[in-house]
Amino acid sequence: MSETAIEEHRPETAHFPEPQGLYDPAHEHGSCGIGFVANIRGERTHEIVQRGLEVLERMAHRGAESADNCTGDGAGLLMQIPHEFYKQDVPALPKPGQYGTGLVFLPRKDSEGAYCAEEFEDVVDEEGLRVLAWRAVAVDDSAIGEIARASEPAMRQVFIVGKAPLSRDALERKLYVVRKVIEDRIRRSALQQARLFYLPSLSTRTVVYKGMLTSMQLRRYFADLQDKRVTSAIALVHSRFSTNTFPSWDLAQPFRIIAHNGEINTIKGNRFWMHASESSFASPLFGDDIKKLLPIIEPGKSDSASFDNALELLVAAGRSLPHAIMMLIPESFNQLNPIPDDLKYFYEYHSAFMEPWDGPASMVFCDGRFVGGTLDRNGLRPSRYVVTKDGLVVMASEVGVQTFPPEQIEYKGRLMPGKLLLVDTEERRIIPDREIKERVSQRRPYREWVEKNRIRMADIPLKNPAPVGVPNGQLHELELMFGYNREDIERILIPMATSGREPVSSMGTDTPLAVFSDRPQRLFNYFKQVFAQVTNPAIDPLREELVMTLTGYIGTEGNLLAETPENCAMIQFKRPIFTNSDVEKIKDLEHEDFKTATLQMTFPLSEGPAGLERALSRLCEDAESKVHEGYSFLILSDRGADAENVPIPSLLACSSVHHHLVRVQKRTKIALIIKTAEAREVMHFALLFGYGASVVNPYGALAVVHDLLKKGRLPGVANAIEAEENYIEAVHKGLLKILSKLGISTLRSYHGAQAFEAIGLSKEVVDRYFTGTDSRIGGIGLEQIAQEALMQHRKAFGDRPALLESEGVYQYRKYGERHAWNPETISLLQWAVRSNDPKKYREFAGLVNRQNQAPHVIRGLLDFRPQTPVPIEEVEPVEAIFKRLTTGAMSFGSISKEAHETIAAAMNTIGGRSNTGEGGEDPERFAPRPDGTSARSAIKQVASGRFGVTSNYLVNADEIQIKIAQGAKPGEGGQLPGHKVDHVIARTRYATPGVSLISPPPHHDIYSIEDLAQLIFDLKNVNWDACISVKLVSETGVGTIAAGVAKAHADKIVICGYDGGTGASPQSSIKHAGLPFELGIAETHQTLVLNGLRGRVRLQTDGQLKTGRDVVLAGILGAEEFGFGTAALIALGCVMMRKCHLNTCPMGVATQDPELRKHFAGKPEHLIRYFTFLAEEVREIMAQLGIRRFDDLVGRTDLLVQRKVDHWKARTVDLSSLLYRPERSRSSAIRCIEPQNHAINSVLDRALIDRAGPALKYRDQVSTNLPITNADRAVGAMLSGRVSRLYGESGLPDDTIQCTFHGSAGQSFGAFLAKGITFRLLGDANDYFGKGLSGGRLIAMPPEGSTFKAEENIIVGNTVLYGATSGEAFIRGVAGERFCVRNSGAHAVIEGTGDHCAEYMTGGRIIVLGKVGRNFAAGMSGGIAYVLNVDGNFTYFCNCAMVELSPVLDQDDQEFIKAWLRKHVAYTGSPVAGAVLARWHEYLPKFIRVLPLEYKRVLHERKLAEIDRQLAAIREEAQLGASY
Amino acid sequence: MANPRGFMTVKRSGNTCRRVEERVQDFREIEIQLSDDARQLQASRCMECSVPFCHWACPVANIMPEWQQRLAEGDWRAAYDLLQDTNNFPEFTGRLCPALCEASCVLSINGEAVTIRENELAIIERAFREGYVKPRPPAQRTGKKVAVIGSGPAGLACADTLNRAGHTVVLYEAAGAVGGFLRFGVPDFKLDKSIIDRRVAILQEEGLIVKTGVRVGTDISSEEIRSTFDAVCITTGARKPRDLLIEGRELDGIHQAVEYLEQQNRIVAGDAPAGEDRISAARKHVVVIGGGDTGSDCIGTAIRQGARSVTQLEILPAPPRTRPDTLPWPLWPKVYKTTSSHEEGCERLFGASTRRFTGESGGIRRLCVVRVDWDTDENGRYRMAERPGSEFDLEADLVILALGFEHTVHEGLVHDLGVQLSARGDVAVDGRHMTSVAGIFAAGDAAQGASLVVRAIFEGRAAARDIDAYLRGT
Repeated sequence: MSETAIEEHRPETAHFPEPQGLYDPAHEHGSCGIGFVANIRGERTHEIVQRGLEVLERMAHRGAESADNCTGDGAGLLMQIPHEFYKQDVPALPKPGQYGTGLVFLPRKDSEGAYCAEEFEDVVDEEGLRVLAWRAVAVDDSAIGEIARASEPAMRQVFIVGKAPLSRDALERKLYVVRKVIEDRIRRSALQQARLFYLPSLSTRTVVYKGMLTSMQLRRYFADLQDKRVTSAIALVHSRFSTNTFPSWDLAQPFRIIAHNGEINTIKGNRFWMHASESSFASPLFGDDIKKLLPIIEPGKSDSASFDNALELLVAAGRSLPHAIMMLIPESFNQLNPIPDDLKYFYEYHSAFMEPWDGPASMVFCDGRFVGGTLDRNGLRPSRYVVTKDGLVVMASEVGVQTFPPEQIEYKGRLMPGKLLLVDTEERRIIPDREIKERVSQRRPYREWVEKNRIRMADIPLKNPAPVGVPNGQLHELELMFGYNREDIERILIPMATSGREPVSSMGTDTPLAVFSDRPQRLFNYFKQVFAQVTNPAIDPLREELVMTLTGYIGTEGNLLAETPENCAMIQFKRPIFTNSDVEKIKDLEHEDFKTATLQMTFPLSEGPAGLERALSRLCEDAESKVHEGYSFLILSDRGADAENVPIPSLLACSSVHHHLVRVQKRTKIALIIKTAEAREVMHFALLFGYGASVVNPYGALAVVHDLLKKGRLPGVANAIEAEENYIEAVHKGLLKILSKLGISTLRSYHGAQAFEAIGLSKEVVDRYFTGTDSRIGGIGLEQIAQEALMQHRKAFGDRPALLESEGVYQYRKYGERHAWNPETISLLQWAVRSNDPKKYREFAGLVNRQNQAPHVIRGLLDFRPQTPVPIEEVEPVEAIFKRLTTGAMSFGSISKEAHETIAAAMNTIGGRSNTGEGGEDPERFAPRPDGTSARSAIKQVASGRFGVTSNYLVNADEIQIKIAQGAKPGEGGQLPGHKVDHVIARTRYATPGVSLISPPPHHDIYSIEDLAQLIFDLKNVNWDACISVKLVSETGVGTIAAGVAKAHADKIVICGYDGGTGASPQSSIKHAGLPFELGIAETHQTLVLNGLRGRVRLQTDGQLKTGRDVVLAGILGAEEFGFGTAALIALGCVMMRKCHLNTCPMGVATQDPELRKHFAGKPEHLIRYFTFLAEEVREIMAQLGIRRFDDLVGRTDLLVQRKVDHWKARTVDLSSLLYRPERSRSSAIRCIEPQNHAINSVLDRALIDRAGPALKYRDQVSTNLPITNADRAVGAMLSGRVSRLYGESGLPDDTIQCTFHGSAGQSFGAFLAKGITFRLLGDANDYFGKGLSGGRLIAMPPEGSTFKAEENIIVGNTVLYGATSGEAFIRGVAGERFCVRNSGAHAVIEGTGDHCAEYMTGGRIIVLGKVGRNFAAGMSGGIAYVLNVDGNFTYFCNCAMVELSPVLDQDDQEFIKAWLRKHVAYTGSPVAGAVLARWHEYLPKFIRVLPLEYKRVLHERKLAEIDRQLAAIREEAQLGASY
Repeated sequence: MANPRGFMTVKRSGNTCRRVEERVQDFREIEIQLSDDARQLQASRCMECSVPFCHWACPVANIMPEWQQRLAEGDWRAAYDLLQDTNNFPEFTGRLCPALCEASCVLSINGEAVTIRENELAIIERAFREGYVKPRPPAQRTGKKVAVIGSGPAGLACADTLNRAGHTVVLYEAAGAVGGFLRFGVPDFKLDKSIIDRRVAILQEEGLIVKTGVRVGTDISSEEIRSTFDAVCITTGARKPRDLLIEGRELDGIHQAVEYLEQQNRIVAGDAPAGEDRISAARKHVVVIGGGDTGSDCIGTAIRQGARSVTQLEILPAPPRTRPDTLPWPLWPKVYKTTSSHEEGCERLFGASTRRFTGESGGIRRLCVVRVDWDTDENGRYRMAERPGSEFDLEADLVILALGFEHTVHEGLVHDLGVQLSARGDVAVDGRHMTSVAGIFAAGDAAQGASLVVRAIFEGRAAARDIDAYLRGT
């Protein structure tokens, strides 16, 4: 970008742009490098400050830069107040502790700056304090980027003392009050630059220096930091990588107490709940001042800032810092977690009134005395520390940020999930997690309080069992009234009530958005789930059950700031779905504290549509008065709906009351119980909980289930209880899945978190009833909602059909809901491509375009603005269009070999690109076929399962696509059941035939945006010629995520529509998660243009694209390339059976059945014809639009206009935000015009490749020695890429290239290391060690001179050997979490591991010679682990769902262990292994073999086959013998 | 699904027919149904397609995937409930429908379609046997009165649907018994007339008022009808047959198929016409002109009457044996079809055009036939050309004209009611089945031209819904 461009568009104060178009600053995400350095003995030195800065600088690769390549996303440092230094400038300073200080960011405008300073002094004065002095803060703004300078505040420092002497704590509290009051006052002022005003800190203990800087700039910008007189015992630092492309000075970290690497997924709810509880705040420490602190949460700040606000309050009100941290980020304390009972009671006590601030978090904190860090329960962010013998502790996101001589090191450790590292500079020691938690948990008799006051649902006696069914004859009416249809029964309720699971389906949804549908819709259908991508990992609720819980509490919450036994006087429930009897239990409670009121969720038919609004207002008022009357449970029930009373949509009633009570700050006083017949599928329940329901009683669905049982429709279900249990269980499982998609672990934090967006609801409705929810294109108001309710009501009391309708939502029905893929469109497309008839294609395209305009999809509402046409001959040829076309990522495994290769051959013929999908590719396909065609997929996908992702696979790609999410099931993993894994599939996936393959929900090397940057870097190193693309799914905020991805140096970003296909996915995900691509691509394009990143990245989109018109429209919205999945399959014979998940595709498309595959009739020419017709259509439209080159229409939304439609709902839709063109598109690139700078020119591998010359050329052995630092990342990847290019899959002979490294290796050390390469590391390594190991050998051991015991100290980070396919690793030391996750072939020896070791492993063998963490072998379907059970408690730590534990009896196993331990000793000199070998018979009984059952069966079969073979040979010989 | 792999493991096996030698001796139905168990197995072949092309192709939109599943599970009752929801008279379509659904069945792409028609028939017959088919009179009467004129499948479906909706419906039939073309056009060996009676009895018990032998316009004036009823529906069929006005047409022994078939049906019903009016094929050389289903019915009838020979002439060329590329799946393919009547013994001539009839003493003796060839013009329209020198004579004592129908009969009712006609001569209706006269509706062949029974049923249902909406004022 040019300098002038910035000048032209430099606003007076650059800040977040206001919301515009589809961009909204509220969706910014951050993630980061964090750390601290502390002198444990509290000795203050300047060295600590310098070390802190150095820590930052050594993690520079974790931060990010903006489009000017110079402005950082933010960096900062928190330290103890350098009193001596300030004293020089402010001689009047009293003793430390008797004054407070802090930087003040002031508006740059002089008048406004002065105004703020005056106001500030006034507030200080009002609070009984006095400004002692203002100090100028020397800054060097030549050090910072243009963008940062544009928003730079004036920087001063203030010193405040008490008018009268105050204790340090009292002064600290007053300073807090002052800060909250002045913040609020300036926020409310009319100042233009009010947003520049900010107080990074104001304290007697600590001071924060921070700004919109890079790690490298911090030191230069603040002259103070370079002054040798500035001393501290603590330096806590943070550097920010924000998807946020418009970082601002105030959002840099650290905040007042914390610095946070992570993301709070439940932030909306946490903020609401905090607001709702403010009215109950009371604290003797603050007295009347408490009101001045409100609002606790500063509006318009980041999630981390809000967390800091909450934490600060808890600490200020008297809780200790560790205590407050444990309240907000509790570790998981269910029965799967080995923690003391007292601690469990502590957590349980607090969980009754404080929900977790849930999400991946590595948090460091400091109050001047304590400095520490913690990880959330999942532990998904790396945090390593080193303690030296001279009392220094260094903790950071990476190891290697400080260099110490080996003999200086006392020990090395890592933060563990949910655990605290706490340094007390006054006690001068590190307080172990166990000790500090013991101390905190025994402060009060929490156990006694809980046991006495908390009531368990299960313990409440049932006095009046409630009937499950409804009175005879009323069920049908109820069903009709609440819109049950046959699909609800057949496709949802029956499967749930029989299997206890949510039903699975396949292919994408193709029905209209609710707002476009002609049929009355449930209000639920106007919402879509949001989900985690990139900045935030999804969780696997099945295999990582230990962190998940649905437990909740209902009752009246007390004062958050007090610690009283009554605070936990709540009813605890384990299951949020209540049976009818559960509700009765609550109603019948004879307890003075628990009174129940019931309100009707209906409106009178006689009042017509207008009655709805009145009824809602009444409901809210009544609810509020029930709170005043002292009720603690409020049941909202639609049981009273009848011929005269129309049910209010339960979600609307629930959310209205919830938000009303939040607004009047009464919400925490009462629990909302929703008793409704409307809720039936998982999405409905998720919505109700997300919008405030405490528990839900689906009496209608339960009645239907009961009726089904009576009718014999629930095969295998014995009785009503079982049916009900199954159904509820299915809902619960589904809920956990929806929570986990967003990285949320507990229902308590999901409750009210509004993890949804609306589509097709008006701003008025959303603002009033669903406050805080995104709704981008407007839509229906209360009137239409009421109409839909009335239409449904009329069905029950007017039409009264004898049978429920067959709605046609899941399956096409002639008079049901419309489907884009229907008999006409499917057969016309097939006819066109088979007969090569352009007329038929035009019929097809015409039909599709008309259907779209019905309207059906958003683009159906867009028309081209008439332009002066150009002759079609002048429009670029079809070949130029072909280059923009790709086919969807459909794995070989989900579709047949025939279909997969046909698609590849077709795409290669026309110059488009096909995609391997997740599942590898047979190397045979890399070479051209005998007939000259090629079945090599140009795009190689890298998905979370990493199946078949080897160095050789990667170098055979033109494009490498990182699949973050999939349209049909964003945030979810997948599973290919063992019976589908035949020999061919197993070969391409590097798996074992017959062994199930599980794709985890997240990539275990992408928990954050900087992790993604790392993976992109890894892949680019392996194959620098390939374009690296990142596949995201459309949702609100995807634009900001894409901006982060662009900053992470992706070459291309794919935005998928929610309606893309799938081989198998829960039905609710197919329909209810994600947004149409139009919104996603437009938001992404606009956001990238807004921040000047658009020129560096290509955009692709997909999601039910079918015609040339679709392509042109998508292009105008911002896409350069286009993906076709479903349409391509249909051209090849798919008839939308939606049977992919059953393996019974009768067309041979999506099946592995050899008989059915014979039916595959697709030919490459079918696809070629389809794309030719389509490209011609594109050209025709381009000619009409006067566009000669496709490039010239990208982003040209001025070519579009929204069509007026008469549809009663669709006419409320407003697409102006979609068509918005940022001002900046006049000056900045609006399509990709330049390549990314991948910074791979100076990587260490360049030197390695040079030195390995003879090996690469002649296969001569070479060996080399090199130093290494944590900034040297992905070492070995590029070298391996070179080996694979030259020598393919087989690589080089063993040990051809030998390299020894000294130091701390950066992330991804030895990634994709190819066969023939051996790396020795003397030192330690960060995360992703041996990622994708492809045959190489890795050795890690402590450097010489180390005195610590290797087997007790961490040496390699998290996620080691992720997706390794072959090779060896010998590690003398302990690894972090997820050792050997998804390993499918590597062999490894390790001396101890963190949690989740061997997770999802499918092959290979590992030997663990020490302690392991929780959840060992979760999802492990193949391979073998041998664990030395040192403490004898391994069983507790093992997840035995899929594996069998046994002693090592088999001779082969014993020989294997011995052989590999000998190697381990030889390579690393491990004394542990040596001891085991020396006393083998003593150790042997301590070994446990972990063998997956599925794998055992396969091994057994193999053995049998071998015996058969031998027997056959013997018999043959015998026969031969006999014949002589 | 009952059995996701049923289509792979179970082979298609259909109903059989009684042996030819046996069945030509009588007029009883010829189809022999599979056992219920075998039928359930057949239903398990249904793949429960997500886009069910069968359902799409079916004029009444039967939801096959749903009832096939239930049938496969053995839940006959539920299957019946689903079937009757879209089709008033599965017992008629189950016997007579050409089964557009089966041509669109996804299984037929690579193999043999599900036996959809037969499964449907099995369900309804079992439903009658088990007593599932019971009179279900409406709970309430609306007080509105509707006259439905003509009791063919369209009229029956219309009357039934309106009656169920609570209106008071009088069904007028000029003939002595209800059924229209079903009763008088379809031979008993395909549809035993007791099947119609069985249904009509139920309709009457549900409150439908049936007036047979009443010709509206004659026995009751059109004015009276209009003033007595809130709405009227014309379902008089398309009974005006197409004629072949060539030399010799006036000869005795040349009859329209309707006339011929009706007479035989009356005979079976014990209502034999007087001796000399009687048309019999016994010991005659019979020529049926027209290659359609009606022609086929005439063949079967002639054979049963003891014809010496039967020849069928079709002016079009023989259709291909397999689906042509121009009519790909899921469209209805015009392929060479052998009906049960064909099996019973007849000669079929394609591309044969009759030039003239010649006779002796006023009676038909011979047809002069010429071979014709077909090609298409530049617009894809078929063009016919006589093949020079290909004339030949065909001996004939009885000629049956089965050339289709022109439109409904205009004389009488249609004329009296003053409703406008379409260019083709059908009663003109708008999108809601209303004719040019407010409150008068028309449906079925009368409005659409001659077509399938299943289309007539659909039309009757659709018109009933429109009439209902009209009466409710919505």
